[in-house]
Amino acid sequence: MSVTLTAPSPGRVFGSGIRRREDPRLLTGTAVFTGDFTLPGQTYAAILRSPHAHARIRKIDTGRAKAAPGVIAVFTGADSDATLKPIPCAWLIPNSDLKPAPYRPMAKDTVRFVGDAVAVVVADSAHQAYDALELIEVDYTPLPAVVDPQKATEAGAPQLHAEAPGNVAFHWTVAGGDIDAAFKSAAVVIRDRIVQQRLIPTAVETRGAVAQYVPATGELTLWNTTQNPHIVRFIMSVVTGVPEDRLRVVAPDVGGGFGSKIAQIQGDFITAFCAMTLGRPVKWVETRTENYVSTTHGRDHVQDVELAATKDGRILGLRATVWAGMGGYLSTAAPGIPTILHGLMLSGPYQIPAVKEDVYGVYTTTTPVEAYRGAGRPEATFMLERLIDLLASEVKLDPVEVRRRNLIPAFENGHAVVTGLSYDSGNYQGALDKAIAHIGYESLRKEQAAARAKGRHLGIGISMYVEICGLGPSQVAGAVGFQGGLWESAIVRFHPSGKVHVFVGISPHGQGEETTFAQIVADELGVAVTDVKVVHGDTDNTPMGWGTYGSRATAVGGAALAVATRRIKDKARLLASHLLEAAVEDIEYAAGKFFVRGSPDKAKTIQDIALMANVAWNLPQGMEAGLEASSFYDPPNFTFPFGTHIAVVEVDPETGHIEVKRYVAVDDCGHQINPMIVEGQVHGGVVQGIGQALWEHCVYDQNGQLLTGSLADYAVPRADVLPDIEVLSTVTPSPHHPLGVKGIGEAGTIASTAAVYNAVIDALAPFKVRAVQMPLTPERIWRATGGRKGA
Amino acid sequence: MKVPITVSVNGRAHAAEVEPRLLLVQFLRDVVGLTGTKIGCDTSQCGTCTVLLDGVAVKSCTCLAAQADGSAVTTVEGLAATGVLTPLQDAFWEKHGLQCGFCTPGMLFAAHELLRTNPNPSPEQIRHGLEGNICRCTGYQNIVRAVQAAAAAGGRA
Repeated sequence: MSVTLTAPSPGRVFGSGIRRREDPRLLTGTAVFTGDFTLPGQTYAAILRSPHAHARIRKIDTGRAKAAPGVIAVFTGADSDATLKPIPCAWLIPNSDLKPAPYRPMAKDTVRFVGDAVAVVVADSAHQAYDALELIEVDYTPLPAVVDPQKATEAGAPQLHAEAPGNVAFHWTVAGGDIDAAFKSAAVVIRDRIVQQRLIPTAVETRGAVAQYVPATGELTLWNTTQNPHIVRFIMSVVTGVPEDRLRVVAPDVGGGFGSKIAQIQGDFITAFCAMTLGRPVKWVETRTENYVSTTHGRDHVQDVELAATKDGRILGLRATVWAGMGGYLSTAAPGIPTILHGLMLSGPYQIPAVKEDVYGVYTTTTPVEAYRGAGRPEATFMLERLIDLLASEVKLDPVEVRRRNLIPAFENGHAVVTGLSYDSGNYQGALDKAIAHIGYESLRKEQAAARAKGRHLGIGISMYVEICGLGPSQVAGAVGFQGGLWESAIVRFHPSGKVHVFVGISPHGQGEETTFAQIVADELGVAVTDVKVVHGDTDNTPMGWGTYGSRATAVGGAALAVATRRIKDKARLLASHLLEAAVEDIEYAAGKFFVRGSPDKAKTIQDIALMANVAWNLPQGMEAGLEASSFYDPPNFTFPFGTHIAVVEVDPETGHIEVKRYVAVDDCGHQINPMIVEGQVHGGVVQGIGQALWEHCVYDQNGQLLTGSLADYAVPRADVLPDIEVLSTVTPSPHHPLGVKGIGEAGTIASTAAVYNAVIDALAPFKVRAVQMPLTPERIWRATGGRKGA
Repeated sequence: MKVPITVSVNGRAHAAEVEPRLLLVQFLRDVVGLTGTKIGCDTSQCGTCTVLLDGVAVKSCTCLAAQADGSAVTTVEGLAATGVLTPLQDAFWEKHGLQCGFCTPGMLFAAHELLRTNPNPSPEQIRHGLEGNICRCTGYQNIVRAVQAAAAAGGRA
């Protein structure tokens, strides 16, 4: 072979914080998001939404809207009902008496939340569509509303669905150990009621879709801002009846998700229906106020919790009853969140011999609840970390000491916990020690005492967590009722020039896998990162994937990619052995070169091999042409990242003002592919969790009207109210993962709410304040302290 | 009734007849066809639509297209027109000041405005200067670092 290509010097890029490959297009306005698409013959949809939380629809008059300028069509639920099936719930948790009620893409007889879709206008322009919306007349008979998930289960509460008496969508229980014995023998029992307030995820790009239907072929293409385009194809096919082979879903650049772009929502199906009916492309993009009522919310738990312990602070058992608001209908993954992702993580990083939790999923006349960053795990971590601080206070021990007495000792390969899970690896003490050393815990306590003496109120809050991610073994997914697999797939394709295309099933929306996945390939195969193009998001040219959520994209998708690259290497080694005329056992590989053992100058680069494999002039007998491999990776277990966060706050009891003065995060996500990206994930996650502790609250009034229906009312954290976050890490590789990675997308959010909350309550210790409802607004703090300067 | 306007966008004159209610951001996206400027809310809170209007940063959802008649607008597409990133763009890249990138065009112009009026801001001044723009991904920390780096390099947008 006379043609050779120079191998770039790859170095080791796994583990280095290189600049992201996706950034140039995002920095120059050339990235294309769903709302940026305009197709030939484009039309625009606007959706009429219920102003009532609960009402019967008596009559809809669309006559005037149909006659308005530019209007092409107006449809109601009566029009779409024959075509569109109800939106399926896709996480049917077993042994829970689950009662999914029909969730229509457009309501027909009854609306069950403010924002429930009632009609749609399609017009030549968006302005004309919105103008015509105001001409639709709907005659409603209002019905009583109920927004509190616990109250919705009480006798006499308004009933949402005939299928679910008492509004209970499911009742799920997790139990392990002898919980009755634990409480019987306990010297100390701590009780609390925790309200995990409802939150609005608020991705800065709202939801939207552009649908194009070709009547002659029956093909539907949907550009959709989603975290999981392949699941969209699957569910869209079920609802619209368009077969999967004629359905193409494209997730172009996606402007954040945080769980709010997992579920398929009404607008997606309505947009598809309009395009199918009219044979013209239809675009629908939510306004922000529409987003706040129509796209899913998060959290919304009422928790009654009890902790049994010895008088020296050792935990004996944890018992809880949770009412989890589901909203008016069960969203795609909703039932799995307060159960599998919450209840199974109840024991956290601690040795807890017995747990029992009853979870009631409850219909309320509110926007459906779904995953929001952390999804179930923040609600578990907060519960535990609150109870441990209350325990510390009760037994008069330092909160760090109580944690130390209960931690699971370090382990490298498997630790069974009381809920039935087996954690993969952990060194919880290590993360705690590092955080305490970094922040200077002992001297901080002295500083706090000195400040108190002068009438200043510092607080120190600790939060330890272990979370479940890398979802997950498909067999387990099936056993817990997830209506799909949870494996991932990847294809690695070498071109003759040695450049590489990678096609993956996962679909990032800000997490940077176009870079980190290129780093995996570069490191495994000795090519430059800039020679690897990662393709994702289009169901027509990428292999199946189950989505980017639950911190699973790198943990599972990255593993699939690693396996595929190793298959490439196996084939390349065979070809190198042939070209170098040496036995395959004698071929060694290092840094992009295959060479004969003992003769490093007798070598072929991966680029040499790629060229020969592609031209196929000289292959060993029986070898197929091309250098390409695919893999389907089904993980043997979940991954369990962990860490310790510490917040330091100062509270002004006279005004209720809280300042977060320092924030230290020690996270362990195993090996880090790109530490710069890991740090960025921690920053963003921590801030979302601080947001829950201090500012964010999705508020409904008793009639089910959303009072925080815009960004003027819902308090998303802004730059001027946040501290710099000090990010550290420990490294405990996952023993079962091909790259030893675990996942980092949600860790910050899981840990930070409790860290900040605990710090505030610690600051208020002189006032004997035991609990304040989140978010910890100045008014609530002021009321808790009575506006006194000192105790 | 429509209003005739001429707006210079990134150095090119665009003449159009527009409805009086048309917002500048809608003019840029739907009439001129430059979709780099984003819309993230409907109450002028998020700042994703921030552009330069005659050299001053404005939220282009707070300005009617008709009000921009005769003015010069710079959008994100006009920043690296020669293919070379500006110091601020480069600093956002280097410091990982963006994740999903949806808020980035507006954030670049908010940062530009800050540096225009205060070439050497402290981290606190940067945080204050960016409080009109929402980023849900980064927690702002790396955006602050990026603006600091661009300031140190003497750069604007």
